[in-house]
Amino acid sequence: MRQSNLYIILYAAAITIVCGGLLAFASQSLKPLQDANVELERKQNILMTVMPLKKGDDINALYAAKVKESVIDFQGNVKEGMKPTEVDIAKEYKKKPEERLLPLYEFRDEADPSKVNNVVLPVYGFGLWNDIWGFVALQSDFNTIQGVSFAHKGETPGLGARISSDEIQDRYKGKSLFDADALESVVMQKGEGNDYSNDPHKVDGMSGATLTAKGVNNMFVDYFTCYKNYLKKSSPNVSQNL
Amino acid sequence: MSTAVAEVVEKKSEPLFSKKNKKLITNPLDIDNPITVQVLGVCSALAVTTQMKPALVMAIALTVVTASSNVIISMLRNTIPSRIRIIVQLAIVSLWVILVDQLLKAYSYDLWKQLSVYVGLIITNCIVMGRLEAFAMGNKPGPSLLDGIGNGLGYGMILLIVGFFRELFGGGSIFGFKVFEAVGVHYTGNGIMLLPAGACFIVGIVIWVQRTLNGHRETH
Repeated sequence: MRQSNLYIILYAAAITIVCGGLLAFASQSLKPLQDANVELERKQNILMTVMPLKKGDDINALYAAKVKESVIDFQGNVKEGMKPTEVDIAKEYKKKPEERLLPLYEFRDEADPSKVNNVVLPVYGFGLWNDIWGFVALQSDFNTIQGVSFAHKGETPGLGARISSDEIQDRYKGKSLFDADALESVVMQKGEGNDYSNDPHKVDGMSGATLTAKGVNNMFVDYFTCYKNYLKKSSPNVSQNL
Repeated sequence: MSTAVAEVVEKKSEPLFSKKNKKLITNPLDIDNPITVQVLGVCSALAVTTQMKPALVMAIALTVVTASSNVIISMLRNTIPSRIRIIVQLAIVSLWVILVDQLLKAYSYDLWKQLSVYVGLIITNCIVMGRLEAFAMGNKPGPSLLDGIGNGLGYGMILLIVGFFRELFGGGSIFGFKVFEAVGVHYTGNGIMLLPAGACFIVGIVIWVQRTLNGHRETH
């Protein structure tokens, strides 16, 4: 009986239905929690580039109070009616820079909402093994880096994976992207332990992770070429000249 | 293709924690360790042991998956057609793995980010399939549960030992706590410990030490 074809087919079908049903149920009932986690992490990453967060801070409330979201194109024009959550940065990354949609997070001044105190720009690239991404926060001059946060999919633990540590990310603070109108970017150097505090476009490297650093450098050039039009348009110096 | 490969442990009913059944938990810790003696699950032992925290979570996840799959397969063992038993086992293992993955994603998102790749790999972890095929197919759910827990613990123990040395020498910390800095010694991490090669060395040394202690020899 247990070896008959009919029994085997029915058994396989029953197992499939039971397992499938259980998984569908689990997936559906856990989805709200999982989505909330993803969303919370996104907000936390954006906030962290601009301000230090303590344990127990209400991230959703802080975010709602401070951040204005929008989506821009390569020309720096705001795409009306689009939200950053509708833009898949990993997908946009594969397009040509001129065709990308770029999410944008502006920290508006509480007293004067027309003034932008900080702007947070998502970046995306490829490290040594796999994708890397992050947020870069600029100060109100649209040039000086307020803070960065990087994440990665599969960089080597202890080597390239250090890009997600505070130690590395703090090195970017106070560096600047542009020299007059030219994009100089911020370039992570080869070798570690050198002092670049006088050079606004260089940061100390990661020993043993030069290729990940290269990925980060390419990511900066790639994405700030995209953001350049917007940054130049919104920069306070330009608007004063007009 | 027969189910006769399973080691049949019990013939008559006996208490869950009989002497024989206790061995199901203690043997995998030493003379029947899944990694060092059965040499199963080595791949993930290299992958998740750069730090102790992921190693611990992986050990817990694998223990849960092995134990629960063992129980389910053991309960179904008299109904499973032997011709499709492997695929049935695989379906049950996948079910548990995906459930663990989804639960981690919902309730422990940070860990999920670190571990989801490896949790997915539990499906192909030879320990799980090995125990289902070698034990759960021929034994009652109670002993199968113990066997699953025992093998999970045996795996976890090696993971933690390897993780301990890799994190200590590779990053100078234990569970993220900077040990060398705390005692005032400057320590530069040893990069090879963080690469899979470092794990190979340590697993090799662990196997050597363990086999020297318990006198295990390969039989040909």
